Amino acid sequence: MSIESFLQTLVFGIFVGGIYGIAAMGLALVFGVLKIMNIAHGELLMLGGYVSFWLFTTWGMDPFVSILITIPALFLIGLLLDRVVYRHVVTLQGEEKIKNSMLVSFGLTLVIQNLAQWGFTADERAIQVAYTGTGLSLAGITLPYTRLGSFAVAIVVTLLLHVFLRRTYYGKAILATAEDWESAELVGINIRRVYMMTFALGASLAAIAGTFVTITYGISPSIGIIWTLKALVVVVLAGTGSIVGAFPAGILLGIVEAVSGAFIGSTYREVIGLVIFVLVLILRPQGLFARK
Amino acid sequence: MTKFLDIQNINAAYGDIQTLWDVSLHVSEGEIVGLIGPNGAGKTTLMRLIAGLHKPTSGFVQLADTPLHTLPAYEIVEHGVILVPEGRRLFGGMTVLENLELGAYSSRAREERFKTMKRVFELFPILSERQKQHANTMSGGQQQMLAIGRGIMGLPRLLMLDEPSLGLAPLIVENIFEILKLMNDQGVTIFLVEQNARKALELADRAYILEQGRVVGTGLGRELLHNDEVRQAYLGFAPAAGK
Repeated sequence: MSIESFLQTLVFGIFVGGIYGIAAMGLALVFGVLKIMNIAHGELLMLGGYVSFWLFTTWGMDPFVSILITIPALFLIGLLLDRVVYRHVVTLQGEEKIKNSMLVSFGLTLVIQNLAQWGFTADERAIQVAYTGTGLSLAGITLPYTRLGSFAVAIVVTLLLHVFLRRTYYGKAILATAEDWESAELVGINIRRVYMMTFALGASLAAIAGTFVTITYGISPSIGIIWTLKALVVVVLAGTGSIVGAFPAGILLGIVEAVSGAFIGSTYREVIGLVIFVLVLILRPQGLFARK
Repeated sequence: MTKFLDIQNINAAYGDIQTLWDVSLHVSEGEIVGLIGPNGAGKTTLMRLIAGLHKPTSGFVQLADTPLHTLPAYEIVEHGVILVPEGRRLFGGMTVLENLELGAYSSRAREERFKTMKRVFELFPILSERQKQHANTMSGGQQQMLAIGRGIMGLPRLLMLDEPSLGLAPLIVENIFEILKLMNDQGVTIFLVEQNARKALELADRAYILEQGRVVGTGLGRELLHNDEVRQAYLGFAPAAGK
């Protein structure tokens, strides 16, 4: 393999990893704060992709512009789902909470998937903007504009989330709730509201990832579960206590998949990811980027 | 004296097991009231119940004229009822400064938070020196100071403390009790659960004894210190001869 084609593989791995990272951060946020496993996270990603797709097909809105609509749209859907479904789960304790959350969100997965199939048909859809297929050429490496743009947005979003959680009063309240919800209540934090907003924020992150998927690959109603699993692998890689750490972990998985795909064959790409998943669980169960 | 915190006929249960039986007690404004009793008597349950983390099956809790037992915990904080929980329960991954900031999260305390923080630093100079340190890397005594500091940040009218001396060196316990006395002199009403019954009774104006979920005795702190039954049960004195 020439050095150019290796670098090309690496760069594409990083770009794909950026999507993994954003998808995983939403899942990690909801898992870390609400302590629930949202199997329907991939379905939220899929819905975000469709919002972006329809805005493009109907009004010709560029996905990088319409993301400003897609994000609040999924934020609202997140609020709604929290009010209707998840608020009944978050009040449970311990093992019961995690088990019920998986069952309930798995059920929701089927509902959303079937609704999407009924509403949007099972066809695969993708956004073809005017600049799809064009890109920068740098020392023999191609950097497609769509992927470059997605990656830039992903980095900005990650930095914003980091600053929000670590530097603002409300963000700190979210982290405090994640650490000890009873103590959070005792200082006057309305944890039900924190749960609701955090879930909606997680849905918004799914919307961003969904937009990238629609631009990069294309979407259909059945893609959700694949992305939930991918996000889950990344969350375990990062460590379940780590929220923003999911982004570098996503990039790492993207690189590993791309490079191993190039050397061993793309059939084994998924396998490599899952092997790493198992290895991390055995050797470093606290994750690669856990803070404690 | 008018009742400030008024608890009437409280029953509470965890699942099928009843933990509090018809508990009634009160705390007047400006008082220090102690609650002593053996492990498992329900002291912590009662504290959590007042703070809103646990709901009674019957009875009521009232602060001045406001019923508290119907409110969620975060709204009870807005009425100035602050619990420093057992085991400190700090936000361990956050700094001293962040813990204190969050202590003033209620809308009632938030605007005053820089002023209050100055006061906390005067009371606990060590916290001022360690502002940037993560809470979970501090010693037990410092963590307890931070827990109380976080409580003070919420501008308590009624400060409740659950076992503040647990596991701490005598010198630090002394220091913490001095600060509680000082807070009380500045007008904060204090309700205190302690396994260190002697310390609690020395500090408290009045105290209640809770056994197996029932109030079995009450009196002035210094009276209870000299009460034979209390001395035997909680202060480590052998039964007097002939009894």
